[in-house]
Amino acid sequence: MDVLIDIFGSANFWAAAVRIATPLIFGVLGALICERAGVLNLGIEGIFVAGAMAGWIAVYLGAGLWGGVLIAALAGAMFGLLHAVLTVILGLSQHVSGIGITLLATSLSYFTYRTALPSVTSPPRITPFQPISIPGLSDLPFIGPALFAQTPMTWLALVLVAVLAFVLYRTPLGLAIRAVGDNPASVEAQGLSVQGLRVGAVVAGSALMAVGGAFLTLSAFDAFFFGMVNGRGWICIALVVFASWQPGKALLGALLFGAFDAFQIRLQAEIGQIVPGQVFLMLPYLLSILALVVVARRADYPRALLQPWFKGQRH
Amino acid sequence: MSFRLEPRANPSLALKLAVSLVAGLVALLLVAIPVLFAGGNPFSAYGLIIQGAFGSMFAFSETLNRATPLILTGLAAAVAFRARLWNIGAEGQLYIGALAAVLVGSGLFAMPPMLLIPTVMIAGFLAGGLMMVIPTMLKQRFGADEVVITLLLNFVVILFVQMLIEGPLKDPLSMGWPQSVPLLAEAKFDKLVPRLRMHWGLIVGLAAALLLWLMVRKTVLGFEIKAVGENRAAARFAGIPVNATMLKVALISGGLAGLAGVGEVAGVKGYLSADLSPGFGYSGIVVAMLAGLSPIGTVFAALFVAAMFVGADSMSRATGISNYLADLVVALSLLCVLVGGFFLRFRVRYERRPALAEGR
Repeated sequence: MDVLIDIFGSANFWAAAVRIATPLIFGVLGALICERAGVLNLGIEGIFVAGAMAGWIAVYLGAGLWGGVLIAALAGAMFGLLHAVLTVILGLSQHVSGIGITLLATSLSYFTYRTALPSVTSPPRITPFQPISIPGLSDLPFIGPALFAQTPMTWLALVLVAVLAFVLYRTPLGLAIRAVGDNPASVEAQGLSVQGLRVGAVVAGSALMAVGGAFLTLSAFDAFFFGMVNGRGWICIALVVFASWQPGKALLGALLFGAFDAFQIRLQAEIGQIVPGQVFLMLPYLLSILALVVVARRADYPRALLQPWFKGQRH
Repeated sequence: MSFRLEPRANPSLALKLAVSLVAGLVALLLVAIPVLFAGGNPFSAYGLIIQGAFGSMFAFSETLNRATPLILTGLAAAVAFRARLWNIGAEGQLYIGALAAVLVGSGLFAMPPMLLIPTVMIAGFLAGGLMMVIPTMLKQRFGADEVVITLLLNFVVILFVQMLIEGPLKDPLSMGWPQSVPLLAEAKFDKLVPRLRMHWGLIVGLAAALLLWLMVRKTVLGFEIKAVGENRAAARFAGIPVNATMLKVALISGGLAGLAGVGEVAGVKGYLSADLSPGFGYSGIVVAMLAGLSPIGTVFAALFVAAMFVGADSMSRATGISNYLADLVVALSLLCVLVGGFFLRFRVRYERRPALAEGR
């Protein structure tokens, strides 16, 4: 019991929870945009890797940190465009294309990293984003470190949640994106391009996923490691179901997940002598599976998810 | 001029073969770009890859050795995808199969030596199969998506294996390396040719391909899988036990991936370690797609993918170009064969402008 009080009472814990949640927020929002438009993007895992690598190498070669984020977003958008051409324009299997994008983005990132830095024993480092500390606010209990000891990328993620919620629910564009994933025929009847909207959503969503990857190398750590994404992309795909495709719930899901992950790391430090470390490392994946199973029955999938649309088709 | 797409009812075998061949070739051509980017000569790189994969008896044996698990994980993906069961968990099923092999084959349970190899294989098959039956049941009972669950289970299983080989299953003689106790000598697969690494697992893989081909072509289950894969609702309406069929497919699919793990432990390493598979499970998806989900085609697709990995390793040693080039070829050939599938489904017709516009 004391252990729990120690953990939840520490400011570090809340700061870590938000920090762990940040890449997931980007990833879940990205997956959410794609799926709201009717396209499952299993390329997410590879796009995370590509974003992490591209952003890092841009900064390593002299770009600014925000320049790195932009390069990462562009890399993600490029893979998103490829996924969109295959699944939206050609109407091919979204599952297989997504797996293909993940394999391609991952191997291309690893190949590029190896080629650019052929013989390094320890990965070179960059100076990452630093936490913005706001005098006064940073000293507030709990909220202070959780919110005001974070880097600008976390703030970007939080702002994006609000922006995306506004766009989805308060603008004609958002209405069109939601409709194109639910009932593409109605969108076409409005004279809008189903395929255009879907391609745009997948490209934008993939750019966000890549920014989530870039957070890992430009904010959470200061170097690129092989295998550093480690299933975060797949976790986002589970979280988006858990969040029933709503930006607010996506934020909540990512934060809950971050809190849980931060908790297991600390619990490991406390009782790691008795229980093998791998048990703790398994917990995030098992939690994602559990979340998926629990919400699956009442999950309200976008009705046209996985279904290609050809212009002028009769349904 | 304009394009028109006509659905194609039954693409011929020749067309299917052509699509797979062209996809592999296009993937190879596309990687000329990263080779140039890395400062290499694409033609000499291709030459070195082919030489590294087929240039000597030793090289060819290494390629067959690498193809062995890929045939099995390829078949695992092929049989599942035929029924539209998205098993992306072959990597985890492979490790669970390998773990089961070590549990029953390392002398923890006493049994006559004659029975060791069959028991090890059955245990690996069942363990891998169970690993796929569980997500399939979760899908049927709760509607949980099997894609994400099988993907996430891969991470869980590998951590579980790491836990055991650093804990109760750890080999006390391994000088601190995290590896499991070794298999008994009688539980190991014999080599096919003395002094070469290829082993009886290859025969197991080829037999599995043949059996699966027979199953698909000649059995009721094969017919049921086809019906379930084409239209689940219609299959249910026609009285096909859809859920039972899916569970059988899950058992076979996971079991084949489990057998791949058995082969790596019993035929190659002799023990279980966390680096047993460099992504054989994921590459199996590519193998199955390259093969157009055909069991016999899987053997050839596995050979192609294995040749890329073995050849790229040797090319990398000679030129210094990263061997991730092989992963690039494999990923690109998956995307190329997917695009090829478009031409299998549709016939692209060029048309002159409609007669009216030509002013007739």
